[in-house]
Amino acid sequence: MALARKSITNLVLLAFLIVSSAFAQEHHDNGAEAGEEAFDPTGLIMHHISDSHEFHIFGDISLSLPVILWTENGLVTFMSGEFHHDETGKVVVERNGMKFVRYHDEIYYAGENGGVEYDDEHHPVNSRPLNFSITKNVFTLFLASAIMLLVFIPVAGSYKRNKGAPKGLAGFMEPLILFVRNDIAIPNIGKKKYEKYMPYLLTVFFLIWFGNLFGLIPFFPFTGTLTNDILFTGVLAVFTFLITTFSGNKHYWGHIFATPGVPKPLLLIMIPVEVLGMFTKPFALMVRLFANITAGHIVILSLFSLIFIFKTAAVAPVSIAFALFMFVLELLVAALQAYVFTLLSALFIGQAVEDHH
Amino acid sequence: MNITHPESLIFWTVLVFVILLVLLKKYAWGPILGAVKDRETSINDALAAAEEARKEMQNLKADNERILKEARAERDALLKEAREIKEQIIADAKGEAQEQGNKIIAQAKSTIESEKKAALAELKNQVAGLSLEIAEKVVKQEFSDKDKQLELVENMLGEAGTLN
Repeated sequence: MALARKSITNLVLLAFLIVSSAFAQEHHDNGAEAGEEAFDPTGLIMHHISDSHEFHIFGDISLSLPVILWTENGLVTFMSGEFHHDETGKVVVERNGMKFVRYHDEIYYAGENGGVEYDDEHHPVNSRPLNFSITKNVFTLFLASAIMLLVFIPVAGSYKRNKGAPKGLAGFMEPLILFVRNDIAIPNIGKKKYEKYMPYLLTVFFLIWFGNLFGLIPFFPFTGTLTNDILFTGVLAVFTFLITTFSGNKHYWGHIFATPGVPKPLLLIMIPVEVLGMFTKPFALMVRLFANITAGHIVILSLFSLIFIFKTAAVAPVSIAFALFMFVLELLVAALQAYVFTLLSALFIGQAVEDHH
Repeated sequence: MNITHPESLIFWTVLVFVILLVLLKKYAWGPILGAVKDRETSINDALAAAEEARKEMQNLKADNERILKEARAERDALLKEAREIKEQIIADAKGEAQEQGNKIIAQAKSTIESEKKAALAELKNQVAGLSLEIAEKVVKQEFSDKDKQLELVENMLGEAGTLN
C-alpha cells in the first residue's frame, strides 16, 4: 500500500488500480461488504501509518518478515507469510504444539475453538505471547542503521588517507557533522563538556533524519517510516531523559528540589512542578517528532483519498499538486525535526550540566 | 493508529540503537571528530605561524632599513672626517713648507751676509797689502830716482784705480 500510495506522484493511473484493487481485496477478506465498495479513508491511513508484520512492496506482493515469539514453551519463530495476509484470526499457525492466530496485527494464542474469542465490545480476550518480531518498522530500523554504518565508517576511513580538505561523501557529511557540533552541541552544552555527548547527538540526528527520509522514498526497501511510530520516538526520548538525569549536577538537582529565590512554603508546589517538568520535556520530544511526521503522512494520504471520496479522476491534478507541495515540505520537515529533536536534547543536557545560572 | 505488540519495536530499538551508537562512536564519530579537530588545530597553527612570519618579516625589514640608514650615516661621517683630515694635512704641509722656506731664505741671507763680510774683509786686507806693497815700492823708488818714484806712484795709483 505504501508504494501504491506514493507512486501516484509518478504514475497516477497505475496507482489508482493498485490502491483500489488492494482495497477490494481487503474488504473481501473482511467479508464486510459485498457489492458496492465503501471507501474507508481512515482505515487506509491508519493501516498505512501502523506497524505491520509484512512489508508491502507492490500490489499483492509483500515481503514476509520473521515472527519471533517468546511463548510459554520458549522461543518460536516462523515467517509472517504463514498467516497468508490474514488479520482476522482465521488462519492458524501451529508450532511446538501451540496454535497462533493473528488479529489486527497482534498475534494471540488460538482459543478453544481454534480462533479468536471476543468480549462484548468485540475485543479479543485471548492471551498472547511476547512478540519480538522483525516488523516493518524494525526492518526499517535495521536498514537505516546499516546505511548509517555504511555511510559513516567509510567517511571516517577517508580521513585517514586524506589529510587535506574533505572530498566526496566526507565533503557532504562533514558540514552536517560540524553543524551538529557548532550549532547544536557547543552553544547548548558548552565548549568544555560537549564532546562527551557528541556521539549520542550525532547518532540521534542522523538516525531521525534518515528515518524521516526513508518514509518519503516511495519504493522498496524504503517507504517504512521509523519516526511515525510513537514507540520509536519514545525510546529516543527516554534515552535523552536518562542522559539528562544521569548527567545532572548539583545545580540541576538544586534547581528542581530547592529552586533558588523561592520561599520555603512555595517549594511544596514548586517541587512537584519541577519534577513533572523533568518528564514533560522528553514527553514533548516524543510527541513532537511522532506527530510532525505522522501528520505529514496523513495529509498526503488524505489528499489522495480525495480522489476516491469524490469518485472522480478530475480531483487528481489538485491532489497531485498539493501532495507534491506536501512532499517538498516533508523533505524540509524531515531535516527540521531531526534538528529540533537533537537541539532540544542538547538543550536539556546543557541545562543538566550547566555550572551556574 | 493502534499500538500493537509494543515490546518488539522497543526491544529492537534499544538494542539496535545502543549497538549503532557504540559502533559509530568507535568507528565513525570518534575518528571524524578527531580528524576535524586535528585539522582545525593545524589550520589555526598555520595561520598563527604565518602571522608570526609576517611580523618577523616586518621586523627584519625595519631592521634592514635601520641598518642601512646607520651605514649611510657612518659613511657620511667617515667621508667628512677624511675631508677634514685631508684639509688639515694640506694646511699643515703648507705651513711647514712656508716655515722651511723662510728658514732657508734666512740662512741664505745670513750666509750671503757673512760671505760678503768675509769678502770685504779680504778686500780690505788686499787693499791694505797692496797699499803696503805700493808704499814699499814707493819707498824703494824714492831712494833711487825722484822722477821715477813719482811716475811709479802715479802708475800704482792708476792700477789701484782700475782695481777698484
